[in-house]
Amino acid sequence: MNSERYVARNSLVAARMLGDEMMVMSAATSTLFTLNQVATVIWNSADGVTPLREIVSDKICSQFDVAPETALQHAEALVDELAGHGILVLSDAPILPSVSAASGAR
Amino acid sequence: MEEMGAKALRLGVPIGAQIDLTYRCNERCIHCYLDHDDHGEMTTREIKDVLSQMADAGVFFLTISGGEIFMRKDFYEILEFAHAKTFCIKLKTNAILIRPDDAKRIRSLGVDSVQVSIYSHRGEVHDGITKVRGSLKRSLEGIRLLREQGLNVIIANALMSNNLQDYREVKALAAELGVKCTLDPTITPMMDGNRSILHLNVGEEDLKRVFRDESLVGNVEEFCAPPVGADQDALDSLPCSAGHTACYVSPYGDVYPCVQFPLPSGNLRKTKFIDIWRDSPQLNEVRSIRLRDLPSCSSCAHGGTCTRCPGLAYLEGNMRGPSYQDCQKSYARTGVPSENLKTKKVAFTSLIQIQGIQYPITMSSGDARTASSAAS
Repeated sequence: MNSERYVARNSLVAARMLGDEMMVMSAATSTLFTLNQVATVIWNSADGVTPLREIVSDKICSQFDVAPETALQHAEALVDELAGHGILVLSDAPILPSVSAASGAR
Repeated sequence: MEEMGAKALRLGVPIGAQIDLTYRCNERCIHCYLDHDDHGEMTTREIKDVLSQMADAGVFFLTISGGEIFMRKDFYEILEFAHAKTFCIKLKTNAILIRPDDAKRIRSLGVDSVQVSIYSHRGEVHDGITKVRGSLKRSLEGIRLLREQGLNVIIANALMSNNLQDYREVKALAAELGVKCTLDPTITPMMDGNRSILHLNVGEEDLKRVFRDESLVGNVEEFCAPPVGADQDALDSLPCSAGHTACYVSPYGDVYPCVQFPLPSGNLRKTKFIDIWRDSPQLNEVRSIRLRDLPSCSSCAHGGTCTRCPGLAYLEGNMRGPSYQDCQKSYARTGVPSENLKTKKVAFTSLIQIQGIQYPITMSSGDARTASSAAS
């Protein structure tokens, strides 16, 4: 059984780096989110095809002083929250670009 | 959002920008400040390049406006490019060219909001302002189509003498359509400095009534409270975001601090956006100005609460001077004359945009007249 989770940026979401943080505007609710450095790494890596576990081990644990299990736990919570706001798309299978666009329906 | 603006200011990032794709328009609004002829608009390639440069410089909130944006045949190509650059996009349009497929396409490109000008709920008034018969009906249809797609729509109502009596109904219409509504009681001079349209501004007594309309301002007592003067923090404050965290780009690639502040600060056909943003002497001069540097306004009772627009002040001849229109608003709101009104110093002197035009303004606080009516 494949327990991997895949994350993709919602293509209808606006985003820009400001200093070391990422500003993300949810088109659905016109709500502005600010992602800290760790969350920004996940955002930038959310290509829909790299498993979250791999993003955490390769991009988070290599840059930040955090245990892999703890980092994954935090990352899971973060992506769940962002998906709840329509900013990220989650799936247990790789996500095609058309899916991340369609999921932005308001 | 405020925190974001403060951070952008600290980092020197132009977090917001407006780009006008064209000054051409399919309406001829009587209060419009633009010259609708095409004097050499940027090409599609040039605009895309500018958008890339803006994204690289950190622009996030992008307003795409005109003129009428749908007059550009390449509008969707530009919008798609802006979308790919992940801007937070706001469109300004009269919506009369929007059909069902347009609304769908705009929706699919992640546009955050669409602002549509509606001047009245009555066709004869709205169409009388736009000079296009049937424009109200078509604009409202456009708004409905946008709403059907779930887009955020904002009705912008420019208040002037011609539609003064209709603003409550426009607000009700907006509520009925499920959209937001903004009201702006300021008709500004044309970008070339021509002040002939200022006679359309709402008169003083009517402005007082508008400012005391609870449905607009909320707590009237609070809104119209006498000014308390500027404290040290206010004296060190910035007038607005123009040139600090925001700027404006014309269809010809000219960069200004703001669409209402036509101080030429560079041209994108000659200089890179980031170089203009960082090094333009004009923008840096704008950035250097604090309330305490304004000879009249720093000692004015309204200093801390005035809505003074530096762009309007510039159009009146001095970006460090008062903006007469804002002095009028402060007076209409509180009944307390500004320093400018008290001393009758309204300087409409030499300025490139209005050279050769004389504006012999005289007024007293009890008999304030608009600049244009005094000039005419």
